[in-house]
Amino acid sequence: MSRKLDMEKGFVDLSFGAGGVASAQLTREIFAPEFSNPILDRMEDGAVIDMPAGRLVVSTDSHVISPIFFPGGDIGSLAIHGSVNDVAMMGAKPLHMSVGFIIEEGVPFSVLKRIAVSMGAAARDAGVTIVAADTKVVKKGEADQLYITSTCFGVVPEGVCVGADRARPGDRVIISGSIGDHGAAVLASREELGLTSDLKSDSQSVNDLVAAMLASGVDVRVMRDPTRGGLATSLNEIATTSAVGIEIDEGAIPVKEGVWAVSELLGLDPLYFACEGRLVAICPVSDAEKLLASMRSHPKGKGATIIGEVTDRPEIPLILRSTFGGSRVVSVLTGDQMPRIC
Amino acid sequence: MKFIDEYRDSALIKSLLAEIAQEATRPEGYRLMEFCGGHTHAFYRYGLLSLLPEKVTMVHGPGCPVCVLPISRIDAAVRLAAKEGVIFCSYGDMLRVPGTDGRSLIRAKAEGADVRMIYSPLDAVKLATRNPEHQVIFFAVGFETTAPATALALKQAAELELNNFSIFCNHVLTPPAMRAILDDGKQGRKTVDGIIGPGHVSAIIGSSAYRFVAEESQIPLVISGFEPVDLLESILMLVRQINDGRAEIENRYTRVVRAKGNPQAITLMQEVFELRGSFEWRGFGHLPDSAQKLAEKYADFDAEIRFQIEYDQAHDHKACRCAEVLRGQLQPEQCSVFAKACTPENPLGACMVSSEGACAAAYSYGSVVRQ
Amino acid sequence: MCLAIPARVTALSGENMGVVDLGGVEREVSLALVDADVGDYVIVHVGIAISRLDEEEAKRTLSLFAELNEISSGEDENPS
Repeated sequence: MSRKLDMEKGFVDLSFGAGGVASAQLTREIFAPEFSNPILDRMEDGAVIDMPAGRLVVSTDSHVISPIFFPGGDIGSLAIHGSVNDVAMMGAKPLHMSVGFIIEEGVPFSVLKRIAVSMGAAARDAGVTIVAADTKVVKKGEADQLYITSTCFGVVPEGVCVGADRARPGDRVIISGSIGDHGAAVLASREELGLTSDLKSDSQSVNDLVAAMLASGVDVRVMRDPTRGGLATSLNEIATTSAVGIEIDEGAIPVKEGVWAVSELLGLDPLYFACEGRLVAICPVSDAEKLLASMRSHPKGKGATIIGEVTDRPEIPLILRSTFGGSRVVSVLTGDQMPRIC
Repeated sequence: MKFIDEYRDSALIKSLLAEIAQEATRPEGYRLMEFCGGHTHAFYRYGLLSLLPEKVTMVHGPGCPVCVLPISRIDAAVRLAAKEGVIFCSYGDMLRVPGTDGRSLIRAKAEGADVRMIYSPLDAVKLATRNPEHQVIFFAVGFETTAPATALALKQAAELELNNFSIFCNHVLTPPAMRAILDDGKQGRKTVDGIIGPGHVSAIIGSSAYRFVAEESQIPLVISGFEPVDLLESILMLVRQINDGRAEIENRYTRVVRAKGNPQAITLMQEVFELRGSFEWRGFGHLPDSAQKLAEKYADFDAEIRFQIEYDQAHDHKACRCAEVLRGQLQPEQCSVFAKACTPENPLGACMVSSEGACAAAYSYGSVVRQ
Repeated sequence: MCLAIPARVTALSGENMGVVDLGGVEREVSLALVDADVGDYVIVHVGIAISRLDEEEAKRTLSLFAELNEISSGEDENPS
């Protein structure tokens, strides 16, 4: 009979990835207690699930963020929120999740426990159950502490049709809150940049906000969570998929002062900073005020605002209008934004 | 935000634009050069180009220290980075610049070199103190705005008596490059009617450093800040000078730039740097007295000496026309590979990869969306 | 050249260093090349302050813009 894991001082070594007693211990003592639910607790090879009626929606993401703990979240909660949100963006109700962990040898059990606790809380908050989990351990240097792959399963009821190809000229573009909080918070927490701030990631599940929006009866045509590549990339993708143009007003886009400050200091653009708890929604102009009201009455949509409209000029997917009449093209993010000198 | 919002005031901007439209009336138009890459970026970022009257054409200058660095020096940087035991520190701008065969610092990093992006040269010194068993090399790039920071780092390293820190110095100077642009006009190539002078270089070298522009070439120069109000005001001043037939040096960035610049910075640079007799620039070839190297007193910290760097005869990609863009002889959109074979993901030349580069700015912010 | 932005000095630390604040984000920078005190605004570039902002000059220039616009609107009414 193996000893219980030393949660205080113990750390992962390669024996925990071998699939034997040690591996089972990792799952049993660290992850399972935090994810506990009737399906997972059976510890079968596969989870058997009764799915409600409707169409199945699935989304998978891999998370390699560094640092793994950042102001406002960690790689675990990020994984849960991220996949939940992706499913919700299709107008679906997220139900279950499956998670895979690739762990670098040497990572302390206490770190994994912290992540597991955070994931359990995020899952409960989002109303999803983690029905399957797997762990693998790799040699030092083969992973940056921890990588997580998460998959979320949900169901979209008949009659709900949300898709990136549904934007039409005249529609309004709405953002649910300030942009770039996550990207800026992570940058500000990078030691090598030497910044100090109160910035926090906006990482949160927004499936409840989506439910409220769909319940309002508005024809929500498109929804997208502007994660990697930020608002600019998401709007470009929507415009291209729908074969339309989108124009947004710089003055209307909510950007927190600290986020703007990080962008100015480093020579970057908040339009490309990731958001992890926001959504952009597109609806017919006649529904815009109603949708806005339903979003604003929800705690996660308080900062919702109309930022622009869809046009019939697809030659330039995204245009930004400045407060003084100028305009410029906003292209898709190319490569990583590198802080400039110059 | 203080000292920023006031210079982005809509009403002021609109009234300046109206003023410019009203006064820019001479039939041959106004060909104005913004020398500094930061100004190029600002013009595109604020969508100002689409708002200027047709008669005013902005021509982009060579004020992008990343863009003017020749391929042979990029290749040397990549070789240095790949050396065993080296931690190679660089500003973010330089990481994707392609050398020969597209080899860049970021490629070298992917192949195993320890390349670190830093925000300040002082951070490179810190890295050296924390990693005594590694050779830390700082890739110093920039005009006179950036050289003082390198100088401070160098002095710090000397005080700490670090033996594992060196600088690969590629600092270049503004007046020689400006002279080369003005010489183009004298040799019958396309000329400029006026110049928007760099804002932060001028904070260091002072507005008096540009007297030669007015005296030797009879062209007006207005030093500008980086906000929309600054840039438009400077254009208005240039238009007025040109209309009046004047050629004066005006400083419209007086809140930051003084006539004598920053004397502390100038003294420091004179102590730690020496003029190179000649330096190769993309676009201009070899310019005399146009770049700096470490002073003899600091030879121990000179990476070129410590690592015995040699330079190949390297050439720009044969389709690349950065040289002409940098001299203001070609607009980015006129280059046949712009946005086709040459994009920020696959840059053929530095102008497309440095975000101050005219081509990168034109690509990201798009071709001018005319109102 | 070059990305540099006006930030407010909030503290002085030893050896010519100081802390600047921009919109609630702070960074330690070198003040070795400027004469600046807490409360002053400095232009920060790659971790060093390269110039102190002259508030009086800033005010003066902004009011000059306004004046220039007034003068020239006056001139337009009386073309010479």
